[in-house]
Amino acid sequence: MIRRILIANRGEIAVRVIRTCERLGIETVLAASDADLDSVPARLAGKVVRIGPAPPAKSYLDPGAIIAAARDAKVDAIHPGYGFLSENAVLVRACENAGLTFIGATEGQLKSVGDKWRAREIAESAGLPVIPGGFVSSPAEAERFADTIGYPLLVKAVGGGGGRGMKRIAEPSALAETVALAMAEADAAFADSRVYLERFVARGRHIEVQLLGDGENVIHLGERDCSVQRRYQKIVEEAPTPVLSAQMRDCLRQAAVAYGTALRYRGLGTVEFLVDAERDTFYFLEMNARIQVEHPITEAITGVDLVAEQIAVAEGQSLRVMQDQVPFRGHAIEFRINAEDAEHDFRPSPGTVTTALFPAGDGIRVDTHIEAGSRVPPFYDSLLAKIVIHGADRDDALFRARAALDNCRIEGMKTNLDIHRVLLNDPAFIGGGVDTNWFERFHAKGQSHD
Amino acid sequence: MNLTNEDVQEILRLMDASSFDELQVETDRFKLTLRRGAYSGWTEERQTLGSAAQIAPSVAPSAQLTVALEPGMVAVYPPLVGTFYRAPKPGAPPFVEVGSSVEEDTVIAIVETMKLMNSVRAGARGTVIEIRAQNAEFVEQDTVLMILRAET
Repeated sequence: MIRRILIANRGEIAVRVIRTCERLGIETVLAASDADLDSVPARLAGKVVRIGPAPPAKSYLDPGAIIAAARDAKVDAIHPGYGFLSENAVLVRACENAGLTFIGATEGQLKSVGDKWRAREIAESAGLPVIPGGFVSSPAEAERFADTIGYPLLVKAVGGGGGRGMKRIAEPSALAETVALAMAEADAAFADSRVYLERFVARGRHIEVQLLGDGENVIHLGERDCSVQRRYQKIVEEAPTPVLSAQMRDCLRQAAVAYGTALRYRGLGTVEFLVDAERDTFYFLEMNARIQVEHPITEAITGVDLVAEQIAVAEGQSLRVMQDQVPFRGHAIEFRINAEDAEHDFRPSPGTVTTALFPAGDGIRVDTHIEAGSRVPPFYDSLLAKIVIHGADRDDALFRARAALDNCRIEGMKTNLDIHRVLLNDPAFIGGGVDTNWFERFHAKGQSHD
Repeated sequence: MNLTNEDVQEILRLMDASSFDELQVETDRFKLTLRRGAYSGWTEERQTLGSAAQIAPSVAPSAQLTVALEPGMVAVYPPLVGTFYRAPKPGAPPFVEVGSSVEEDTVIAIVETMKLMNSVRAGARGTVIEIRAQNAEFVEQDTVLMILRAET
């Protein structure tokens, strides 16, 4: 039984976890760096424990600091949120040694899905389609493989993921040099020089399936379309996926459950797919073994509190929701409001919030960690708020979203709010089903009109 | 007990049926202002009050050097606050050393802000004569990173 949780994270996800804990009667202790001791989550949490200086490497990314804080705070469990140490096998091992429950996947599962080539092998053995590709241990070997894969292709770091450690190769002449460079960079960034090649799919949609497992059974909670991206950073997500055949939806859901079952997965996880819009096929991309930023849209359409279920399975409980009991109601869209200056190549815009006015009402949920007076430190990511709109159907959600975003005002720093307002009136976005390159084209079009 | 989204929605249902345009609620834990939006719907503004029990840390503010430059010297500042790095990645050679010749658009360092790497350009043609910021040090926008001797 978990009675007290250390939240080893910050920002909106810390606020999010506190809310569920309060509802469940679980005490919260927030692990905070010097930059966050007076943050909104620090005020909402039951207690705060300082874990170190502001730079993440000395606080949120230091497993030793987190374990020490958990001991001092006398908690039963650690919730890692997303990012930082949420998929760190070292922390999981340290938790085990300290007698603490890690609210997340097991050490073995994290190692399997963290190694992107191993994750691919598991997908293949579970019968999931993967992008044609091959593991290469040298530039010479790459040349042999590349011809069978075809150009253009991508070289990816085994230790990468989420767009990190990835390079595109357009033609054979650039292959050997790029592979050598990718191996050197992967070694520096991930302390693992292993890379593999994959065919580059030009027009794809990023669709992911939410899983929940208890170590024996795995269910899905529908999929999310996260194709509106800029440089692999998601900006708008929606559930369910618009403009998708019932057959493809079913295939993706079944494939994800097969993947989770192969891992005997325990916890919340997401299997990401690239859906090839031109060929009507799909490929396994990777699995994220943690709660995702965009989880609220799944909560909106299913009514399931994912954090509560995550805590339950971490405690060792069996799944409390069966597959045929998961309802899917309406359509939900999430807009990520970031502190960034869209007019200057989306450069980060840290500062102090002077006004934070958010929309409220039926079908509106705002997950945020800012209010007037909040400081947005330059050390962490730029996410200020997630505005989640739930409507009876997609048109209704879009209609409500326009009114909601008009009722949103953040001052004190640059934000991407205006981009969302323009995007909501773009015919391609309204039509639905855009690919992952669409946002860059849409934004370039807006810039050229200025 | 903190205020939940469900609480706010319930209050708004009551407000919807009323003729009021604004509601302010204040407890010892929060201040909440709900107002009708300009065209439709409602807006919400919150202040979370109080602070959780904790031991206040002591953080020494970083000493700011006053910049008095000789004629012909140019100070290079970061484009944004962030963490200063002299090399493109760990283990790589630094972009510049003392004595390096630079053009206006030569990248002399990077500053990491909110997980994004931003190039720092020399901004003037000349020679690096002093590197003041330490690698991996947090720098403010008025921190002098380097001093150049400008060529005219």
